[in-house]
Amino acid sequence: MNFLALFDLSVLDSTVRLATPLLLACLAGLFSERGGIFDIGLEGKMLAAAFFSAALAAMTGNVWIGLLAGIGASLMLSAVHGLASITFRGNQLISGVAINFLAAGMTVLIAQDWFRQGGRTPSLIGGGRFEPITLPFAETLSTVPFFGPIYAELISGHSILVYVALLCVPGTWYILFRTRFGLRLRAVGENPAAVDTAGVSVIGLRFAAVGICGILCGIAGAYLATGLQAGFVKDMTAGRGFIALAALIFAKWRPWHALWATLLFGYLQAIALRPDIIEGALGFKVQVQLLDALPYILTVVILAGFVGKAIPPRAGGEPYVKER
Amino acid sequence: MTLMQKFLGATAALALSAGAALADPALIFDLGGKFDKSFNEAAFNGAKRWADETGGTFREIELQSEAQREQALRRFAEAGANPIVMAGFAFADALGQVAADYPDTKFTIIDMVVDAPNVRSVVFNEHEGSYLVGMMAAKASKSGTVGFIGGMDIPLIRKFACGYAQGVKAVNGDATVVANMTGTTPSAWNDPVKGSELTKAQISQGADVVYAAAGGTGVGVLQTAADEGILSIGVDSNQNYLHSGKVLTSMMKRVDNAVFSAFSDGVDMETGFQVMGLANGGVGYALDEHNAELVSDSMRNAVDDAADKIASGELAVHDYMSDDSCPVLNF
Repeated sequence: MNFLALFDLSVLDSTVRLATPLLLACLAGLFSERGGIFDIGLEGKMLAAAFFSAALAAMTGNVWIGLLAGIGASLMLSAVHGLASITFRGNQLISGVAINFLAAGMTVLIAQDWFRQGGRTPSLIGGGRFEPITLPFAETLSTVPFFGPIYAELISGHSILVYVALLCVPGTWYILFRTRFGLRLRAVGENPAAVDTAGVSVIGLRFAAVGICGILCGIAGAYLATGLQAGFVKDMTAGRGFIALAALIFAKWRPWHALWATLLFGYLQAIALRPDIIEGALGFKVQVQLLDALPYILTVVILAGFVGKAIPPRAGGEPYVKER
Repeated sequence: MTLMQKFLGATAALALSAGAALADPALIFDLGGKFDKSFNEAAFNGAKRWADETGGTFREIELQSEAQREQALRRFAEAGANPIVMAGFAFADALGQVAADYPDTKFTIIDMVVDAPNVRSVVFNEHEGSYLVGMMAAKASKSGTVGFIGGMDIPLIRKFACGYAQGVKAVNGDATVVANMTGTTPSAWNDPVKGSELTKAQISQGADVVYAAAGGTGVGVLQTAADEGILSIGVDSNQNYLHSGKVLTSMMKRVDNAVFSAFSDGVDMETGFQVMGLANGGVGYALDEHNAELVSDSMRNAVDDAADKIASGELAVHDYMSDDSCPVLNF
């Protein structure tokens, strides 16, 4: 038995790649839900962003235009969600479900109309993709024992969006807990009436929260289609938006916890790809299906209150109505 | 009210008879979608070839959800389409219920057996085709380790894997075959991100040729293999052109031939069980300008020789689905 083998560098490398879209989507959900708007449309926004980023990158050959298009598409869906659940005070869950369906159908339909390749975009080449970045000194330092390979293989060599996602964690923490905007945003998710009494616009704050959520989902989708892959394939998010929601609950709506939660979920996905390592390390076979289900099982355990309590923002899910 | 009913009845009868008079063949695609560059696209190509050659027209539908299977079948049958071809094993249950209700309509199901007097069941000997590409993989591999990435973990995909592994072992008895499945739900057919990660995981285990039998997930496999500088093997349709010079070959499953022959036979189609194997051109490997440089003469001779032996029955490839086990590969 060799437990260290479970932390093989290639597995950890894969963990970082798989965790990044989860992390971005999780932070997106965090902003939205901290502002009192539940969002189960993360999946749909990522999917729409994945498609439009790949489509525009394929047409223009410039991945940055693709990224902007992805963020734009995700923001559009955010606006729909905001309009339905903030302005018209509709049910946030239903609006989220609608967005998921809309994105799943719309992306394939438009892809078929534009490219005639059966709901997929052409393969991206050259400048249409985010290439892995080799950090400075990665080559020279790779000979240094222990830390060298970690730096060269694990930390270096990801696409720029991975580093953006990681920087979003302290960024989110700072915005939420060290700025006036963050205080108000959290307040609007806990007690919007108090924010309103203080003379701050609840609707404006909630739209801002939903907007930030859209931007982060846009980056997540663009990373899937132009960073990890070289093009869009229908339904390519494959439920990652929902795993991100589970991670959000697991992280109890906190940014740093979100990082650890998504890294854990990413690790579980990555290790599930290597049954040989698991068997070598533990000495017995673990069903891959069990590993795939573990994120959900862990979330249920957390929700059931076995490991601390996960308390969502108090005003979450309720449209704000001014008292008359 | 009675007048209205008469009118409605008359229109309905007219619609039915009009449909029956046309008797266009119909094709139903599975959830992977018509242009999946793989299985469904091969079916479509067969139908298109038929339409081009005969000038006929055919009806088609792409399913969006499981629930539509029976609905689509019944609507085509009601509209008088004949024969109705469905691409995919998953139609078996729906067809089993529908076939008896339309005894005058001929159905063809691909990849599954449905026992009814008006159904033709076409199955392919994928293990034979996979055996051939497995031989090529073993010959092309320098590390002695080759990979297999399946889509959804179903017996059919294990049949691919098992045939492949047998081909690999036939060339190099010491070779290692790393086999992974993408998942256990239908979303495993459309998860290229996971396909990519599986490819990278197999590369880190030493694999330098990977065979993807995974629908849309295979797009990610082939992409990553090309990016990382190893060879890949496509499936169902000829996928060599996706990454020219980096796809060793494709295991061709001539779904197009099956659809073409069903459409050509038309309403007089012979029903029953039909096996498409190496002997009758049902499976094979792809060779074109995109992989000409990768396939050496010795590789070709060895594979063609094995193909002849399999076709003549001299060499038997074990079929996973015959006894749900594989002698050379442990899942």
